[in-house]
Amino acid sequence: MSNIPETGRTPRVQIRLIIIQVLVFSLLLTLGGRLWYLQVRNGDEYTAEARSNHVQQVVQPAVRGSILDARGVPLADNETRLVVSASRTELMKMKDDGKAVLTRLAGVLGMKPKDVMDKVRLCDSQTPQPCWNGSPYQPIPVTDEATTQQALTIRESSENFPGITAEPTAVRRYPAPGSAKTSQVLGYLSPVTDEEIEKAKDTDSPFLRSDQVGRSGLERTYDKALRGKAGVTRYEVDKLGRVMGQTESDPGIPGSDLVTSIDARVQGVAEYELHQAMKTVRDETDKITGRKYEADAGAVVVMESRTGRVVAMASQPDYDPNVWIGGISGKEYAQLTDKNSNYPLLNRAIQGQAPAGSVFKVVSASAAVRAGYDFNDRYNCSSSYSMGNRSFANFESRGHGPITLGDALKFSCNTVFYRLGHQEWQRDGGIKPKKDAHDWFYRTAHDFGFGAETRIDLPNEVSGRIPDRQWKKSFWEANKDAWCKQGKKGGTYVEQIAYESCLEGNQLKAFDSINFAIGQGDVLITPIQLATAYAAISNGGTLYNPTIGKAVISPDGKRIQEIKPKAHGKLPIDAETISNLDKGLRSVVGPGGTAAWRFGGWPQDKIPMRAKTGTAQVYGKQTTSWFATYTDDYTIVMTISQGGTGSGASGPAVRNIYDALYGLDDEGNQDLKRALLPQPQKDLPKIQPDGSIDAPTVKPYDPSEQLVDPAKSNGQQQLAGPPPVWRD
Amino acid sequence: MTGPHGFSVSRYAPERGALAKLTARDSVLRRLDWPLLLSSLALSFIGALLVWSATRGRTELNQGDPQYFLWRHVLNTGIGVVLMIGTIWLGHRTLRGAVPVLYGISVLLILAVLTPLGATINGAHAWIVIGGGFSLQPSEFVKITIILVMAMLLAARVDAGDLIHPDHRTVAKSLFFAALPMVIVMLMPDLGSVMVMVVIVLGVLLASGASNRWVLGLIGAGITGAALVAALGVLDEYQLNRFAAFANPELDPAGVGYNTNQARIAIGSGGLYGAGLFNGHQTTGQFVPEQQTDFIFTVAGEELGFLGAGLILALLGVVLWRAGRIARETTELYGTIVAAGIIAWFAFQSFENIGMTLGIMPVAGLPLPFVSYGGSSMFAVWVAIGLLQSIRVQRPITA
Repeated sequence: MSNIPETGRTPRVQIRLIIIQVLVFSLLLTLGGRLWYLQVRNGDEYTAEARSNHVQQVVQPAVRGSILDARGVPLADNETRLVVSASRTELMKMKDDGKAVLTRLAGVLGMKPKDVMDKVRLCDSQTPQPCWNGSPYQPIPVTDEATTQQALTIRESSENFPGITAEPTAVRRYPAPGSAKTSQVLGYLSPVTDEEIEKAKDTDSPFLRSDQVGRSGLERTYDKALRGKAGVTRYEVDKLGRVMGQTESDPGIPGSDLVTSIDARVQGVAEYELHQAMKTVRDETDKITGRKYEADAGAVVVMESRTGRVVAMASQPDYDPNVWIGGISGKEYAQLTDKNSNYPLLNRAIQGQAPAGSVFKVVSASAAVRAGYDFNDRYNCSSSYSMGNRSFANFESRGHGPITLGDALKFSCNTVFYRLGHQEWQRDGGIKPKKDAHDWFYRTAHDFGFGAETRIDLPNEVSGRIPDRQWKKSFWEANKDAWCKQGKKGGTYVEQIAYESCLEGNQLKAFDSINFAIGQGDVLITPIQLATAYAAISNGGTLYNPTIGKAVISPDGKRIQEIKPKAHGKLPIDAETISNLDKGLRSVVGPGGTAAWRFGGWPQDKIPMRAKTGTAQVYGKQTTSWFATYTDDYTIVMTISQGGTGSGASGPAVRNIYDALYGLDDEGNQDLKRALLPQPQKDLPKIQPDGSIDAPTVKPYDPSEQLVDPAKSNGQQQLAGPPPVWRD
Repeated sequence: MTGPHGFSVSRYAPERGALAKLTARDSVLRRLDWPLLLSSLALSFIGALLVWSATRGRTELNQGDPQYFLWRHVLNTGIGVVLMIGTIWLGHRTLRGAVPVLYGISVLLILAVLTPLGATINGAHAWIVIGGGFSLQPSEFVKITIILVMAMLLAARVDAGDLIHPDHRTVAKSLFFAALPMVIVMLMPDLGSVMVMVVIVLGVLLASGASNRWVLGLIGAGITGAALVAALGVLDEYQLNRFAAFANPELDPAGVGYNTNQARIAIGSGGLYGAGLFNGHQTTGQFVPEQQTDFIFTVAGEELGFLGAGLILALLGVVLWRAGRIARETTELYGTIVAAGIIAWFAFQSFENIGMTLGIMPVAGLPLPFVSYGGSSMFAVWVAIGLLQSIRVQRPITA
């Protein structure tokens, strides 16, 4: 190539031209490198970002499955309401942003046009309620109370209402068949929170913003099955939100139905009787405090003895679960969580715990047998038991002389168990335990399932407490600082206790063991634990996980996933001991037994009844009434906080529940036609070929039906029975 | 049909038929720089496709005709090619005589922009609306006249053989004539164009052989000027925001940083092969603003991928390489300076335009030569190609 020659170009220019060329190509190389970095190296990241840019999803919520009782009666289902919704995407396409359409719509619905427009505007920091807080691509509900006529008007002249839909939409409902509310067992729903969405994002069951989530009870335990899967259609949209095409559509799956072992009729009886028993006992005066009984809370569990299935479970105070529908108001929520209402959201059958009292004596009797005492030997039921300078009195300071353990249950003799508990404590080494201390009483309590959750299929069950050496130690560790600060030698009762606890609260004392033998002291149990344990005695020793869910049935009725009873342990006693316990508990309703006065006329030969009463002392409160009973089929446990004695407060109610189950009247005549459930319900409700489940109608419980002569019994009669010498 | 210097440069050939003339060994067609021409045409063709893709769905712009911008771009290219042919036909030496007139016209035009004749588009008062949907951006033509007027002044005495390098007086004079329109453009304010002009002046000075002091001085003056502009608040808020967003794109993704963010998402999501023409989500979804003009490169990035966008870079590389060859091989300093000015112009404007879509340069309203939609820019770059071709055609055959 020709260079420099006859031109005016000098080497300076020539070099500079080359510099320019080099500069130019380095710029191009820079661009190329950056391009490679963005597209090839980080391309995936930007692809994902681009996708989130232009896809919007529209959700068709899945209809939540129903919760049915054992015969198919819905306890929770959905009602159809006519919901009128407006599609913002459609309205925004119009010249006036849909103003004309919304005004017409307001006319049809009898609303003010402004109210309708306010409802469909999007929320932002400057917009006060009402406004739409959800996705702008989701149809926005204008009203959920449209009449059929209004819906028809909108649908028939759809050309006048572009973007407006009037569709029947499912809304949760708790119908309370036969006035069985089943409140705490069913639980409730509330809208999903941001954290939950985030947490469940990558699981196989992600939430949608429109989802309602089970917050407690069965609604929570079986949430995933009941919820189903919402249908999602993803649309590609442009920058202005105009839909450009449908990318994919994911059809929804309606929620499955849950069949439970609850029988709505029995549930109705249980709820009524619990409420009634508490009401009745509030009219009685507590001899110890001289006040009327508070009866501030109570629970009853009706369980199938051979499976652990729960037929009824009620807790007082209760509430109407429908209060949650459509969003609970602040006032209503405050009422449900207020101290004055005594926390009706609590399911006291699984979340209420109290000292056990004498219902615990089956554990002590079993512990004694395990420790080597013969069940049928004679043990002295003295009027009091002395330890050092302390004396522990029997109930009403009556003695019965030497009796078997079976009779000790029958009379609920404290001193027999005081002595056994004390002796065992001494054999284990007392305050300074031996290395191989048996701790039979504590160990047996654990083996009966106390101090641990029963694993019922309800959330937030509490575990109760067995105050064994281990617990004493850790409890002392946790509290000694406070005790030592508060304690004062020779101070008030509380100060003195604190003082002693500070010094030696870590030791399991003789006093503790004596108290524990009759279910007093620091021991806490829940009604469901007690029911599980007594059902185990009834069924020959198997501790079942209590269950309420019986089967999950797919909406088409084709897939049935049964929930089989599952055991979590065996009672730590042999069949002979179980049989001995059984005989002892039978005698409790027999002549001289503590519950005899409540089972007058009971057909003991046909339907053998076993029972144990309990009256637990609670510091600073009135006594807790416990009543644990079972037949071959059912176990019923009732408790009333600050309700007095076991048989006194809970006896009639439990008897009435049995009467209703077996169709008995007060004199023990059985009428199977009236019997609600003489045998536990084994089969699932019949499922129709279309997947629907037939539900029999439920009549509300009429308590007078079980009385022999309604005229004779006005509610006073039962209370006015012979004053029991041996009732607790 | 012969021009003063153009189609009948063969001085010793006997009379021949027109076709034979065109195909003769020393004919204009043979002497044209074909890689330069073909690369430019290819860029314009790719540009037409990209403009089409970017505007197909923009009903608010294309008046209901999805191909509206496609045909307009093709028409602009056609006019540009005609302008190139005209420039070759006239020849850069002829034009050298007309430079003062052209310069005067271009300065009057940009002055006219500042009068009520001018229109504001995208914050810059840089347009003259002609009517019928046409508008003119005179600053595009000023880029050419600045190159021409400086080349004329700087090369005059060197090409005459008086001097080896332009003297200080000449350099000062040429800088004055360059600065005059730049001040006017700055007032519009069209900062992007001023930036390009500064780089053009730098390229011109370098190629002219002006002393290093001038070159370094100009670089220093540029930096000082930029600092001064920022300090005196001459910049509008939108211009400052562009720089702020460049410094920190996450600052406000929905506001100022939005453009660059969306542009980067578009390009990044293209990957190696791209989504395919018309298949880019970012493009069809119209997420990138000004996509047919300043952000045209994002369409290439998203729909044609690294291969397609890389091809555009390669074609620009060919154009700049051929222009560099022309600068180095011409016999007159005038031609060298003109070619170097054009190189500086094309190179910087391309780098700024593509760089801002890639997030390595701040946003400035500059079109990508040949590719972006826009008549004024298209005409100006094709006139520049005409000048380059003319420089090459008119140099003596050396082979």
